[in-house]
Amino acid sequence: MASFKPTKIHVYPKLGEKVTQDTLYWKNYKAPIQIKQFGAVSNVAFSPVAPYNFAVTAFTRIHIYGPFSQEPIKSFTRFKDTAYSGRFRSDGQLLVAGCEDSVVRLFDVGGKTALRMFKGHTKAVHLTDFTSDRYQIVTGSDDYSCRLWDIPNATELNTYREHTDYIRCGVTSKLNRDLFITGSYDHTVKLFDVRTDKSVMTMDHEQPVESLLLYPSEGLLVSAGGRFVKVWDLLKQGQPLVSLRNHHKTVTCLCLSKNGERLLSASLDRHVKVYNTTNYKVVHNFDYPASILSLALAPYDESIVVGMTNSVLSIKHKKSPSESKDSTSQQRRRPSYRMFVKGKNYIPKQDDFLVGKQVKEHLAKHDKQLKKFNVSKALDTALESWTRRRKPEVTVAVIKELNRRGTLKNALAGRDEQELSRILNFLIGNLVDARFTLVLVTPAEMILDIYRSIIGQSPVIDRQLLRLHELLERELDYQRELLEVLGMLDTLFASSLPRNAVELSLKNLCCCARMENNTFCLLEVL
Amino acid sequence: MVEHADIRVVHRGGSKINFRAPVISDDSRLLLCASGECVKVYSTSTEECVHHLRAHTDVVTGVVLRPSNHLQVYSCSMDGTIRLWDFTDAILIKTYVIGQPIYSIYASAQHNGVLFITIPMLNDKTSEMFHLVAVHLQQSTEQLVEARELSVVISHVSSNPAAIAFGRAGEYLASTKGLQLEVFFLKKQKSNRFSLKEENKKGRKNTFSCVTCHPTDDCIATGHEDGQIRLWRNFSHKKEYTYSTLHWHHTTVGSLCFTPEGTNLLSGGVESVLVQWRYNQDTQRDFLPRLGAAITHVTVSPDGTLFTTTHSDNKITIIRSGAKVSAVIQGLVKGESIETDLLIDPRSKALVMNGKPGHLQFYSLQRDKLMYNLDIVQQEYIYQSDLQQFEVVKAAFNSSGNWLATVEREQKDAELELNLKLWAFDDQTQSFVLNTTISAPHENRITALCFSPATDSQTTTVLVSSSKDGHFKAWQLAAHTEDEGPCWSCDFVGAYHGLVPSCCCFSADGSLLAVSFQEVVTVWSSASWELLTTLSQPPGDIRDLCFGQLSCSKYLLGTSTSNLLLCWNLLTCSLEWSTSMDISLLLADPLSENMAAFCSQSGYTHLFVFKPSEPRPIFSQKAVCSGKVMRAVFAPREEMLESCEESSQWLNRCQLYFLSQHMDLMTFTTKAEEDKLMDSSKQLVIDDTVAMTPFHLLLGKRRKEREEPQPAVSSPSAQRSSSSIRELLQTPAHVLPSTSYLCSMFVRSLLISVTDNREENNEAEGEMDSEKEEEDSEEEMDTRDTRPEQVSAESVSPALTKAQLRELRRLKKQDHSWLQGLLDP
Repeated sequence: MASFKPTKIHVYPKLGEKVTQDTLYWKNYKAPIQIKQFGAVSNVAFSPVAPYNFAVTAFTRIHIYGPFSQEPIKSFTRFKDTAYSGRFRSDGQLLVAGCEDSVVRLFDVGGKTALRMFKGHTKAVHLTDFTSDRYQIVTGSDDYSCRLWDIPNATELNTYREHTDYIRCGVTSKLNRDLFITGSYDHTVKLFDVRTDKSVMTMDHEQPVESLLLYPSEGLLVSAGGRFVKVWDLLKQGQPLVSLRNHHKTVTCLCLSKNGERLLSASLDRHVKVYNTTNYKVVHNFDYPASILSLALAPYDESIVVGMTNSVLSIKHKKSPSESKDSTSQQRRRPSYRMFVKGKNYIPKQDDFLVGKQVKEHLAKHDKQLKKFNVSKALDTALESWTRRRKPEVTVAVIKELNRRGTLKNALAGRDEQELSRILNFLIGNLVDARFTLVLVTPAEMILDIYRSIIGQSPVIDRQLLRLHELLERELDYQRELLEVLGMLDTLFASSLPRNAVELSLKNLCCCARMENNTFCLLEVL
Repeated sequence: MVEHADIRVVHRGGSKINFRAPVISDDSRLLLCASGECVKVYSTSTEECVHHLRAHTDVVTGVVLRPSNHLQVYSCSMDGTIRLWDFTDAILIKTYVIGQPIYSIYASAQHNGVLFITIPMLNDKTSEMFHLVAVHLQQSTEQLVEARELSVVISHVSSNPAAIAFGRAGEYLASTKGLQLEVFFLKKQKSNRFSLKEENKKGRKNTFSCVTCHPTDDCIATGHEDGQIRLWRNFSHKKEYTYSTLHWHHTTVGSLCFTPEGTNLLSGGVESVLVQWRYNQDTQRDFLPRLGAAITHVTVSPDGTLFTTTHSDNKITIIRSGAKVSAVIQGLVKGESIETDLLIDPRSKALVMNGKPGHLQFYSLQRDKLMYNLDIVQQEYIYQSDLQQFEVVKAAFNSSGNWLATVEREQKDAELELNLKLWAFDDQTQSFVLNTTISAPHENRITALCFSPATDSQTTTVLVSSSKDGHFKAWQLAAHTEDEGPCWSCDFVGAYHGLVPSCCCFSADGSLLAVSFQEVVTVWSSASWELLTTLSQPPGDIRDLCFGQLSCSKYLLGTSTSNLLLCWNLLTCSLEWSTSMDISLLLADPLSENMAAFCSQSGYTHLFVFKPSEPRPIFSQKAVCSGKVMRAVFAPREEMLESCEESSQWLNRCQLYFLSQHMDLMTFTTKAEEDKLMDSSKQLVIDDTVAMTPFHLLLGKRRKEREEPQPAVSSPSAQRSSSSIRELLQTPAHVLPSTSYLCSMFVRSLLISVTDNREENNEAEGEMDSEKEEEDSEEEMDTRDTRPEQVSAESVSPALTKAQLRELRRLKKQDHSWLQGLLDP
């Protein structure tokens, strides 16, 4: 008397992203804290010294937040118009910010009013930064000029008028006090040396440059503009290294993770992408509710701060090691290991008579029904909402098993509106999934056969059938397009590639053709 | 070509054991079943075959216990004889010659000396009309008795033994045929006939399929083709009979049986569920589901403790106390077709082929026993007649037996579902464990599957599958992911001008792969998957491909549909020789250069054995069997034969097995081999009614070994005593002298003669001690081996004191296994 063999559930190759070390690392953040600002958050900058406060520039204010507080510890509100680019000096004592009214203000982090005001620009100043010697400020403005200012005297040291469009971003060298780089809407990135009056290097980004970033070694420069992120090798006279196009809207902000291994880019398309800096492949992706204008990573990646156009500041803190462990153990308390091995490692003595304990076989719900030949109930249990949504392969396996037994028609027949709509819902959700299509075409045809007579009686079912119809037509168009593309590809490849690659593509072609046949059949029935 | 008289084709094992219902002995310890031309006696507890009752010359068609002596059994056969056997000792007692083929046999305790048999009404084998006759067996002392006293009881009966049954106390006989039930009252010599309508309202068939009678009540139970069971009562009246219906089976009731007390009715059918109906409580029933295959016979032991069910897959299941399967006697499963070729498992040297649906069976050729079934499909089998099931269609082993590749197929209307599975041998569980499942490896049927022969353990084996979709694929074991073990993936896809590949074959060293595409043979390098050369000999598609082995490995042989046997030389890439022959099967002996070709001609198959180097057969036999031979295999022998005759040398290393058209497993044996087999079978006479388990054989041999040195030491008195006992036991009782006289002689024979020395007694004691420790391990064996030397030492120096002796004995008993460990590193 053999035992019942449970339904074989096919293991499909996992689709979607794989779980890598990166996903684990970047998922290890708490739920975001959202703080409403007065306007779009144009800039976020971290203080380089502990406790790593950060300055958030939004509309006419700059707020300074502590690492864990949700209330600003400090606010600078003395701006006449929209403030831009609030940045800390390397000692964390001073903060500089540009403004729409063309005045650059320098604040003491402890004080309230501006220490210095640098007047000279004629239009809004979007770029302000300290040089690495801490006594000078670089500014860039919409009047196409960038200037170098002396902090103690509040005087202008030099003016560079080489750009032919708005200067919107720039970065100063942390290693050399004489170097700074600016990016402009005239598509160029220029490297200036304060010892000369001219730029020493010009790179063409081919898009209005929105953000610049220097690697810690300062050998590589990353520029973002348009949909592109480009990496330049400064040691080779600004030779382009890579051009990345992973966003579908303008990239607005760039940022490096703690040890320069990962590069983050934020874009108006509401995504933050994480690149591996050795091969420049996207290793992770964050989604945000609105277009992102600014992004900053705290030192040691302790938190990710993102400012968006809908004037929301989103802060994600990293989970502490104990917390990340807790979350998994809280899910289910399992019996201890000792419980499992209790009595199992007992070695019977020579004269002991062993009485075997019958192992109770555990069957899944649908298998229990299948064992009793309750085909309709088996299908019902397989269509329970949890299984249907989370594990469609189980439902598909049961449908396949019923089909093998030749009882699928019986299981599908005699359903009321609610049950039928549930089945149809499942079909709509999974019919065009390439993994399930072959199996699900049969029940779809059967349903149409069985319930042909009642079409028109229930609006719910009719709507679903129409949706199914639409879905199939869309799928057909899609398949046809794919075939066209494949055909084109084949003519391209036929001459140049070795035999097996062609065969592979041919195989794909056949696959698609077969799928199309199936869908055609269905459409005819419909 | 000379006919060789000393090589013979013989049937080898795997005969049906489910042909007729088995018989259980009165003490429920033995089970007898008709199997081909002999009756097999099995032990119900150990599943082992205890005896073969061999004397019939045709198929045995029935076995029945002799009602007057429960240790004897009658068997009838198509050869027209009834034989009486003592089944505990496998002795033929008497033979009754009827002279007509007998189809079934019945006996009743009330009719002493009378047997009821079914024979054809007209005396020829082709007639379809049968009648039941009573045979009166004369009392005579002769071995061979002509039984001519036949009296017809019922004419026009069915030849199916399940269609006739004896009623309560042998008063009446119930016989069914078609739609008619006939009850014949033996005392009154009159019969009542009851007919059913052809079809009832629901369009079901009412035809009778089986009948049985209640042992204590006047009730006849009949099974029908629509799955109903009818219980007939009051049938002594022609008009006022009644019947009630039991219905659970959905198709034909295969067999019915009442328990000896009549409390339960057992029924079985295609559903492979044993149903127990409570007599007179129609709603109550118990089920024993999933017995493995359709039930063809159900029997109950005379004491009611054992049920046996016989299944269509050549299996007898023994069910103890109505609830638990206690033993399974499984024969070789033979389906309608052997889709997988005959294979030899390189590890166990077992014959492997598909048996039960979805399973591969491993059949030990040496022991004629099914070792185990490997579940390939791993799916619940639904017992329904018109259902398409997954079938195992191809299987292949790699040369070391570590990997097994199987292909399963389900053909449903137009769509085809294929699965290629790869199984790894697990040393711990000693069975195959599923490693990789590849669903839809090809888009059409797979025509051939083969592993590359591994020359050493380092090189990875490659599996090649060719399919009707025009491609052949090479699969390779690859470490795929870091968290899982290695699994198989596709390495190469090959095609040749869109032609359909039919067969593939690796050369002996694994460097070349030959794939035949219709008329063309393509030769590929297995290292780089480059097409090296093509060979063809149009017209006619290539049917079989085979590389030569060992010294002939430069030859590639092929057979084509235009009846040609072709041999190419791969060094010159040219045809070496070809002959015109209609070869149905070509195969190479893996251990020698020989090739065997089965050639069909005018309904018969001839065998030729040749070497590829020369087109001259070294052995040929005409008319091996009728019909085409499609499956054959060379099975390596356990020990090499030393045959010097040139004609039989090809059988030295391997034995050739083949399946005939009627699915009989046959093989070739030499005369020397047969003689050896006869000798060994004589030695294996078992005088115990207890089954011979391998354990028993092992122990028995050991005990014998131990007893052997004894005669050398013991005095001749032991022999004398045994001879006198033998004399006492073997002389017929009526010629023996009086018991009082014998007694003193007997006692004297048991006494030990005075001349025996004391050491011998000690030795005997030691022997007894050691016998107590039955569960001895091998280490203890070693210590015992050293004992005779010690004994001799003792006998040389008899001046030892008793204390010394005791010390010595203690030393003997100590475990010296550690010493053994030191001696052999």
